[in-house]
Amino acid sequence: MKAFTYERARSPGEAAAAMARLPNARFIAGGTNLLDLMKLQIETPAHLIDVNGLALDKIEPTGDGGLRIGALVRNTDLAADRTVRRDYAVLSRALLAGASGQLRNKATTAGNLLQRTRCPYFYDTAQPCNKRQPGSGCSAIGGVSRQLAVIGTSTACIATHPSDMAVAMRVLDARVETVRADGQTRAIPIAGFHRLPGDTPHIETVLEKGELITGVSLPPPVGGEHIYRKVRDRASYAFALVSVAAVVQRDGTGRVAVGGVAHKPWRVEAAEGAMPSGARAVAAQLFAGAKPTPENAFKLPLAERTLAAALAQAKA
Amino acid sequence: MINPSDIEISRRGLLLAGAGSVAATASPTSLNAQAPGEPAPVMAKVTFEVNGEARSLDLDTRTTLLDALREHLKLTGTKKGCDHGQCGACTVIVDGRRINSCLSLAVMHEGDEVTTIEGLGAPDRLHPMQSAFVKHDGYQCGYCTPGQICSAVAVLDEIKAGIPSHVSASLTAPSEVTEAELRERMSGNICRCGAYSNIVEAITEVAGKRA
Amino acid sequence: MKFDTPATTNPIDQLKVIGKPTDRIDGPRKTSGTAAYAYERNDVGANQAYGYVVGAGIAKGRITAIETARARAAPGVVGVLTAANAGKLGKGQYNTAKLLGGPEIEHYHQAVAVVVAETFEQARAAAALVRVTYAPAKGAFDLAAAKGGATKPKDGEPDTAKGDFAGGFAAAPVKLDQTYTTPDHAHAMMEPHASIAAWEGDKVTIWTSNQMIDWGVGDMAKTLGVPKENVRLISPFVGGGFGGKLFLRADALLAALAARQVRRPVKVALTRPMMFNNTTHRPATIQRIRIGAGRDGRITAIGHESWSGDLPGGGPETAANQTRLLYAGADRMTAHRLAVLDLPEGNAMRAPGEAPGLMALEIAMDELAEQLGQDPIALRVLNDTQVDPEKPERPFSQRQLITCLRTGADRFGWSRRSARPGQVRDGQWLVGMGVAAAFRNNLVMQSAARVRLDAEGNVTVETDMTDIGTGTYTIIAQTAAEMMGVGLDKVRVRMGDSAFPISAGSGGQWGANSSTAGVYAACMKLREAVAQKAGFNSADVEFAGGRVRAGGRSMTLAEAAGPAGLVAEDVMEYGDLDKKFQQSTFGAHFVEVGVDVDTCEIRIRRMLAVCAAGRILNPKSARSQVIGAMTMGAGAALMEELAIDHRRGFFVNHDLAGYEVPVHADIPHQEVIFLDETDPMSSPMKAKGVGELGICGVGAAVANAVYNATGVRVREYPITLDKLMKHMPQVA
Repeated sequence: MKAFTYERARSPGEAAAAMARLPNARFIAGGTNLLDLMKLQIETPAHLIDVNGLALDKIEPTGDGGLRIGALVRNTDLAADRTVRRDYAVLSRALLAGASGQLRNKATTAGNLLQRTRCPYFYDTAQPCNKRQPGSGCSAIGGVSRQLAVIGTSTACIATHPSDMAVAMRVLDARVETVRADGQTRAIPIAGFHRLPGDTPHIETVLEKGELITGVSLPPPVGGEHIYRKVRDRASYAFALVSVAAVVQRDGTGRVAVGGVAHKPWRVEAAEGAMPSGARAVAAQLFAGAKPTPENAFKLPLAERTLAAALAQAKA
Repeated sequence: MINPSDIEISRRGLLLAGAGSVAATASPTSLNAQAPGEPAPVMAKVTFEVNGEARSLDLDTRTTLLDALREHLKLTGTKKGCDHGQCGACTVIVDGRRINSCLSLAVMHEGDEVTTIEGLGAPDRLHPMQSAFVKHDGYQCGYCTPGQICSAVAVLDEIKAGIPSHVSASLTAPSEVTEAELRERMSGNICRCGAYSNIVEAITEVAGKRA
Repeated sequence: MKFDTPATTNPIDQLKVIGKPTDRIDGPRKTSGTAAYAYERNDVGANQAYGYVVGAGIAKGRITAIETARARAAPGVVGVLTAANAGKLGKGQYNTAKLLGGPEIEHYHQAVAVVVAETFEQARAAAALVRVTYAPAKGAFDLAAAKGGATKPKDGEPDTAKGDFAGGFAAAPVKLDQTYTTPDHAHAMMEPHASIAAWEGDKVTIWTSNQMIDWGVGDMAKTLGVPKENVRLISPFVGGGFGGKLFLRADALLAALAARQVRRPVKVALTRPMMFNNTTHRPATIQRIRIGAGRDGRITAIGHESWSGDLPGGGPETAANQTRLLYAGADRMTAHRLAVLDLPEGNAMRAPGEAPGLMALEIAMDELAEQLGQDPIALRVLNDTQVDPEKPERPFSQRQLITCLRTGADRFGWSRRSARPGQVRDGQWLVGMGVAAAFRNNLVMQSAARVRLDAEGNVTVETDMTDIGTGTYTIIAQTAAEMMGVGLDKVRVRMGDSAFPISAGSGGQWGANSSTAGVYAACMKLREAVAQKAGFNSADVEFAGGRVRAGGRSMTLAEAAGPAGLVAEDVMEYGDLDKKFQQSTFGAHFVEVGVDVDTCEIRIRRMLAVCAAGRILNPKSARSQVIGAMTMGAGAALMEELAIDHRRGFFVNHDLAGYEVPVHADIPHQEVIFLDETDPMSSPMKAKGVGELGICGVGAAVANAVYNATGVRVREYPITLDKLMKHMPQVA
């Protein structure tokens, strides 16, 4: 870990401005991913802006009947929120399927969205990795890739986004609210928030330099059965091989997003029309053009089977 | 809230070759680069309460809460098993919640109340959870044990507070103390000696006495 | 004391303290965080500096340049040690690769430097400034690819044969011929390897985490090139070992070298991400098993071949060894072949040989039973042997395998198992049961102890024995209490210091029986000294209630000890009873699994072990040893695998997020039954080991349960959902 200076920000605008002004600064909130990466010098900020004091820790109704989740709401609190449990159960379930109790107590909503891949080559600084060190190559291609992406990949990167929460937010059509260094705010639909790797896998979101996430808003509840099914070798405290977030209505229509398969939560709205016809039809469209490795090709049938299980559970 | 897009890619990338690392390509190679001298440590003062006692420390900002406890306050009951949030040996209770102290900077705990294993009890006056671990042999090598015990104490509070878990059948019904619930909630504390079955018995006994 | 005739009645047989479920005497310290592990010894060696290890970034090759100037100039740095300035170093007897690499690199993350600074943060940051340039060399990293070039290992007894295996197998009416693989496993103990070293003149003391104190002293002396008496190791608490801390490792050596260089105490811990490639691991195996049987199920021919790899000069994983002893059969063969691999060093991990060997053999038995249409328990019972099948003149000292199997079958409800696989459904779960035999040899090791009796009647035991979670403090206290006729509260145990008499150490499940036998020997001497001091005829002396009695007279031990106290020291040595009798421990593992019909996730629902392992000294901690081993066996069955990058030659998943070991949610309530047994051939304690027996066979019991649940036979561990899924029925 390189030495860094540290300050506590007093307002979101001030934090964003400081970030824009200082070279190589980072925001820190829960710290559960950033410090992990700083210890390995995968992240090497010279300055940390602690945003924990920004009072962005409320969950409150929005004017249109939706819900606004402050950026600093801890994963535990979001999962346990009465409204979320009642109206956005897929989000509660996704959060509770992730990490451990200790980590959920610290990890924040915004930090969860911004957590970086768990690709083992990204974590090993002796190995080439385009995400960590652009232009150095991707060791995962042709290497150990059982956990890695099967779709939306590029010749530069086959990393996955590790979040469970983001998969549920994707299926809920969340919007990521931010403030920029100039004080401008915007709301980014989550569909466009995370990027595919392309030839710049080190750029993971559409956030601009200094842009600070202030919250995530959810549209009004859509009803239906909410299911989050996470599949992993270990029964808990493990990243997903595949996860399925589904909201299924009584008539069999609904929405589905898949985790553990791509550089971002994977959802293809056009595929959802096939939901009443069953998992196979949906999966065929969801995963059209998939390029798995020999080690992770199983994720395609696994995703289909998991989706089938989710749909069956919704029906039951 | 780390914005990866503002990373200074080219320079940072080169600096990253750390820990004696190079790409294992077929020819002699090195990713070394021109790099400025190492910046001096930045010191910061932090005051928090540990086990009911106010403590003030002047620390390198890089110091984790775990290392502040172990290396500066000599409270070595809290263990470093992985230093990356992957094992739970460093679990402490901060303002009533269990966290991995390895993934938290000490300077970020200004004014916080920290409870470590030493704050729960001592050999001659064990906390009920500590006694239950002894009675049920809920440990072997003992290295994950303080983290397990801190976690267990907090887990019972989480259940009492109605926080659901991954295995809760209903998200809206009150949380229960079942073996399945305890196993899921304790899963962030790895015990390689494999005392899990006994640990769950110990926690169950304490939960029963409490109810 | 020499143990060369079978044990008769002795003071241990009173069973006033021994054999009782006893809370660990170190429990209050461990549960309150006041047991200090190596890195935590703030009370020793003032002014400790922090060392941070730099590991090699290639698997094989040479360092062409190592630049340390920037690290040296970094804030707080007090020294940087590399092979270039460490002085001449030897290599320990128990090490295969060098602990400080350079210029030759033998494996990934081999230590190449240690950076020493005033604080941990400074050392870590400066370590990242060490620049190493390598000339990588081609290496061999794939066991399957290297198998063809594997050769017969030089040491030990790699091959055995009896009768005519080829002929017997060819003639057998029922044949099984299958190949099984087990991957590389990491010990992944919770306490990273850690040491503090401090020099006083030419003598060095190392507070460390080590299972075998005397081996560590010897190899430290050999590596440093100093006399053994100049090295002291202290390791009273060990945060898990499982074989990974049997040997001198880089933390201890680099702490000692760095402390010498910077002239002050240095503490070094390996980081978790470095442990997996820097230290040792259980090597992967490829095992071919052939069994020929009559239609009645009687085995006529059994052959087991195992291939594994290691660095040049390393040894094989002896996965075929148990097959020499477990089942009857006239025509037999076993063979081990060793390939040279440039992966990190392979070495012992909990039940080396048997753990991976039984993972294969006990699937093979399940497959054979199915082929024969027999119950898997009945097949094992039918092929039991009470003598060493390769040397029939050698009986087993005790062998209750059949009782283990039958007792377990009753308790587990084995009769409810469907012989046809894939038949039982519980909601979304396909449910199956599996069984496997457990087998592990009992080794006896010389072990010494010193026992003191003071003027207050307190008994203090001193031995360099270690407690790695095994409960050794407690069973040694129980032994001393039983022998001296005092309560546990009057006994103190001091261990893990090379200043104490040399013990058996902790390994090979020999620790409990061997170390307590050493304490027994010392206590026998102390009893004589007490009797003599009291003026009693030692033949009829009785020790009970803190008093010594003979011929109607009695006095307290405190009075007998007098103000000066008494001290006795002895070593337990062994004759050839282990040659005349085959000493082994036996068990049976029963497992019930559920396999999710959609996702193919496998979850263990029930586990039972029945063990016959001689006298159980402390049923409470012995049971913990067994459930812990069952847990590790469950990990081996379902998730543990060091994933190799065959191009770059290293274990890629080198942290605890990537190398998954079981968590709470993976393990159900576990039940353990110990059969009533004493083994007079093992020692005066009549005990054997259980800590490794508990893992032996677990993996196969899980595998067999998965097969019973699904009808899908997976022969490549770990059994993960992807391997099952391709053979599972499609879902709607």
